[in-house]
Amino acid sequence: MSVEQNQLPVTYLKPAKGLAALNLRDLWDYRELIYFLTWRDLKVRYKQTLLGFSWVILQPVINMVVFTILFGELLSVPTGGIPYPIFSFAALLPWTYFAGSLSRSSTTLVGSANLISKVYFPRMVIPISGVLSGFVDFAIAFIILVIMMLFYRIIPTWNLLLLPLFLILAMLTALGFGLWLSALNVRFRDINHLVPFIIEIWKYATPVIYGSALIPEKYRFLLGLNPLTGVVEGFRWAILGEKYVQSFNPEPLFIISIAITFVVLISGTLFFRNTERTFADII
Amino acid sequence: MNDIAIHVENISKKYIIGALQERHDTLRDLIVSAFRQPFARKKNQENRVLWALRDISFDIHRGSVVGIVGRNGAGKSTLLKVLSRVTEPTSGVGEIRGRVGSLLEVGTGFHPELTGRENIFLNGAILGMKRTEIEKKFDEIVEFSEVTRFIDTPVKRYSSGMYLRLAFAVAAHLEPDILVVDEVLAVGDAEFQRKCLGKMSDVAEQGRTVLFVSHNMSAILRLTEETLVLEKGKVIMRAPSPEAVDFYLSSGFAETGERYWQGDEIPASAAPFRPLALRIRNGQGLVMDTVRSVEDMSIEFEYQLFAPISGLRIGFYLMSTRGEFVFTTFDTDEPALFEKLTLRPAGRYISRCKIPADTFNEGRFVVGINASSYRIQRYFQDERALTFNVDPAGAPGMQWPEQRLGPIRPRLDWQIEVI
Repeated sequence: MSVEQNQLPVTYLKPAKGLAALNLRDLWDYRELIYFLTWRDLKVRYKQTLLGFSWVILQPVINMVVFTILFGELLSVPTGGIPYPIFSFAALLPWTYFAGSLSRSSTTLVGSANLISKVYFPRMVIPISGVLSGFVDFAIAFIILVIMMLFYRIIPTWNLLLLPLFLILAMLTALGFGLWLSALNVRFRDINHLVPFIIEIWKYATPVIYGSALIPEKYRFLLGLNPLTGVVEGFRWAILGEKYVQSFNPEPLFIISIAITFVVLISGTLFFRNTERTFADII
Repeated sequence: MNDIAIHVENISKKYIIGALQERHDTLRDLIVSAFRQPFARKKNQENRVLWALRDISFDIHRGSVVGIVGRNGAGKSTLLKVLSRVTEPTSGVGEIRGRVGSLLEVGTGFHPELTGRENIFLNGAILGMKRTEIEKKFDEIVEFSEVTRFIDTPVKRYSSGMYLRLAFAVAAHLEPDILVVDEVLAVGDAEFQRKCLGKMSDVAEQGRTVLFVSHNMSAILRLTEETLVLEKGKVIMRAPSPEAVDFYLSSGFAETGERYWQGDEIPASAAPFRPLALRIRNGQGLVMDTVRSVEDMSIEFEYQLFAPISGLRIGFYLMSTRGEFVFTTFDTDEPALFEKLTLRPAGRYISRCKIPADTFNEGRFVVGINASSYRIQRYFQDERALTFNVDPAGAPGMQWPEQRLGPIRPRLDWQIEVI
């Protein structure tokens, strides 16, 4: 009996002082909750919708059609010789994933107020599952990309193997900003109104409808300060191959984007961890 | 030390009332208030501090079942929240040995669109169960909840009883080392309540620790060995349950047969209803805390409505100090009166109920009050608003100086015939 008792986990209650530790161990213990919340999110998202999972495909495809007409045909945005539809779709794919993930991870925490004020679990579980559930949508929309590559006879290069890395970069960026915004949202509900607006502006600040080559080389590093530039151009580079990047040199963009992402992610985690102890009291 | 499940030392929890009432919900509010009173903030803050818990210390042994009682706002829920790590104490330390499982309010963490089966897994994970554990317990949970036929139906189509049964079943099978139960038995039919109580004593028999918060004194007495009485954030008594319940029910304001409500005793959720006073009047109409069983008595409740309320009903719950209900009555029980008062306009009211002579047995009784619109909203509730004594002098059967069993002592019509 005493052996069993010694094995019981001991929890210490104490007021938090100073900076909270990252405590990733705690998060690992609750990995199954992350799985279930992600799974719930997926189950619920398309219930009682007429088109169900088709929405996942329709959203980027309609965007692509509109962009192709507006920017590809009417405004003739330079694409370095790449057909505009696939040029924009290769960017819309990660963008749609990012926008959805950011919006979910910033707002679902407040949506779970009921849970937060009643049960203990590491609060980071919620924004994390918010960025994970977008992967399924991404995978489905990816099929369209494959079809388009066949249609435009684009031969994949070895670069394609690095695509998952850029997807992870998109996820970490969404998580980093999502942690900041969701923690702030607990205190200031303004964030709920702000997020769609941020995403709207961000879309134009990211080379989705245009390419980085459009920006003069002198200022191109500024574009890299937006981590999504690295993601989007990374996708194009992985899918369309070297031919696409002939017109500009993408490596510095990637490095700046990755660095920024990690700064945001680490600071976001610290901020979240340090404010989460008051969530139950003020949410 | 090893057989201590919960050890807390000088736990206090502070809430800033301003943060609740004048919460800066938007950035704009914060900026506006910062400009309006840039220097005043510090000074005002002192007044807005509410200590929900003050210097609480206790140890709870492994395998014991401990009740926690206290009035609304005494700090019971805050204490449970601190113990289950939902919120952190402002000061003090504690040590919890073993996994804490809380029985949540009905359906917290349930998603209406998901089926019963899916919700069992989701809810189990929220409560900290591993997937394999849930799979192992799944059949048992379903059977206990009695919703087998509907297990693949979305829970939004469940009745509230089914919802509750499923929620309880998941939590009860969580097998935590420490089970925290907060007033869950207030709902559900009698049969299921019995089942839940049974399950809880099973949990205790397996050597697990149970903390049970309830306003239901008979459940406290039946289930717990020991009870903590909380008042204004402090543990004012810890004793074997019968003693503690007796103390709790008869303590305080009952001396005068009258009770007033102060501003801080009225939850914000009561608006537009405001309780003012509750009085016990004897046969002569005097406010007294002791009435004679052979005289009429009345209970009156004075309150104010700041806005009209439709369907309002004022109820009195009469209980013995053992926690058994004697009866429940509402001011609009009479159908004609209920029809007439569909909308009670704003104003000040008294609802007075006359209780005929020869109703109560000797002893001490508790009046609980409730102001609600049936199935719409509960404005105010106080389960132990006031207590009074009944003196049996002159009651039937007083020629035998023995104690009569039962809470009532009616004067009945006996006939004795020779046949």
